Amino acid sequence: MHAYYLSILQASLVTIAVSLASLAVAVVFGLLGAAARLSQDRLASAVGTLYATVVRGIPDLVMMLLVFYGGTMGLNHLMEALGRKDSVDINPFVAGVLTLGFIYGAYMTETFRGAILAIPRGQAEAAWAFGMGRRQTFLRITAPQMVRYALPGFTNNWLVLIKSTALVSLIGLQEMTYIAKQASAATRSPFEFFLFTAALFLLFTSASLWVLRRLDARYSLGTRRVSL
Amino acid sequence: MKWEVIFQPNNLALYGEGILTTLALLFSSLAIGAVLALLFALALTGRSAVLRAVVGAYTYVVRGTPLLIQVYLIYYGLGQLEWIQARWDDIWPWTYFKEPFFCALLAFSLNTAGYTAEMLAGAIRETSAGEIEAAQAYGMGPWRTTWRVVLPSALRRSLPAYSNEVVMMLQSTSLASAVPSLIDVTSAASRVYSKFYLPFEAFLFAAGIYLLATFMLVGVFRLAERHFLAYLAPQKA
Repeated sequence: MHAYYLSILQASLVTIAVSLASLAVAVVFGLLGAAARLSQDRLASAVGTLYATVVRGIPDLVMMLLVFYGGTMGLNHLMEALGRKDSVDINPFVAGVLTLGFIYGAYMTETFRGAILAIPRGQAEAAWAFGMGRRQTFLRITAPQMVRYALPGFTNNWLVLIKSTALVSLIGLQEMTYIAKQASAATRSPFEFFLFTAALFLLFTSASLWVLRRLDARYSLGTRRVSL
Repeated sequence: MKWEVIFQPNNLALYGEGILTTLALLFSSLAIGAVLALLFALALTGRSAVLRAVVGAYTYVVRGTPLLIQVYLIYYGLGQLEWIQARWDDIWPWTYFKEPFFCALLAFSLNTAGYTAEMLAGAIRETSAGEIEAAQAYGMGPWRTTWRVVLPSALRRSLPAYSNEVVMMLQSTSLASAVPSLIDVTSAASRVYSKFYLPFEAFLFAAGIYLLATFMLVGVFRLAERHFLAYLAPQKA
């Protein structure tokens, strides 16, 4: 019985790894998506809008099954076409991270786009007047302020993402939920194990909230708070 | 791609059954969730500190844990409790805990109630002081003020956020496929996939159904917002 609790605790490291890796992928997709949506190029902005709209309209689980089963089959067809006989299996970790990253990238696209739009236009113009190039303007002027405006949305997306990692258990990744389900089946006492897993998730979301609130306070330094 | 397999009558019928289950789960959990959320929101903004703490803890836990685990807790977990086992064979209403549809519905309703309650409570807290003072000036008591002034305005103002919650809930119903023997759109797709080994066709078709449903829901909410929030729209000259 105790051994199962230990395995769930160990599997929580997998949950954390999936969450962080997916977050990294999501931030990259989000920045690309926001850049595309805000770009002058019509095609790029259409692609960015399509990405943000379509992905947010499809359940995470369906997307994950599509990537996992579809990806396995696609890869095997590819191997066959290349004349190789061995079949490949997609690692559930990789499939989960790519899918979650791709999905939450769409949510991040909206968050980052809003954050960039919230920065007064005069700031970028002032940077140009100082002779800064595009990259310098982004790194020195836009990005630091973007963090401030994006943090609330980012926090939200991150909390939803952590909880979504439970779905990766359905394609066979042995994270907390998966182990908890195995333990339940083996011991016939599902209640304890699922409750324990839920408590761990609650711990992760609470800890993230605490950290991100402190970050928010840090990045809001120097802004005026007005209350009625 | 072999789309013709998807359009075979028995497979279309399977997806049709899935759509019915998904919609039934969605609308009944939203209805139950909305009633609970209204009560919870009133508790969250009410005077009783005990109620505030209890309901606040509830929404915190519901919003901080994955819905999949909540579904497992209710479907697999509750059945373990002897107290329920002793009753679920013949004593109403415990007999329902043996039914997958009921378990999924219960999990979804409790989940959406948690999110919606916080959203509504936020809207209630943001009601402008002037509206409440005006109601008091007319001699309305606390209940009448809530019923006639605060709620009509708070419910309208939370419409845009609620439309997000409804879309999220539609997507969450796909977790019903984690409950064995329940056929929603996602599990219909899984069945078609495992029968014909056509992952792209099976899951893309399901994705299309969800996408269409999402757009329809968003459209309905846009109309509702135009109607109910007309008084907040910029005045035309």
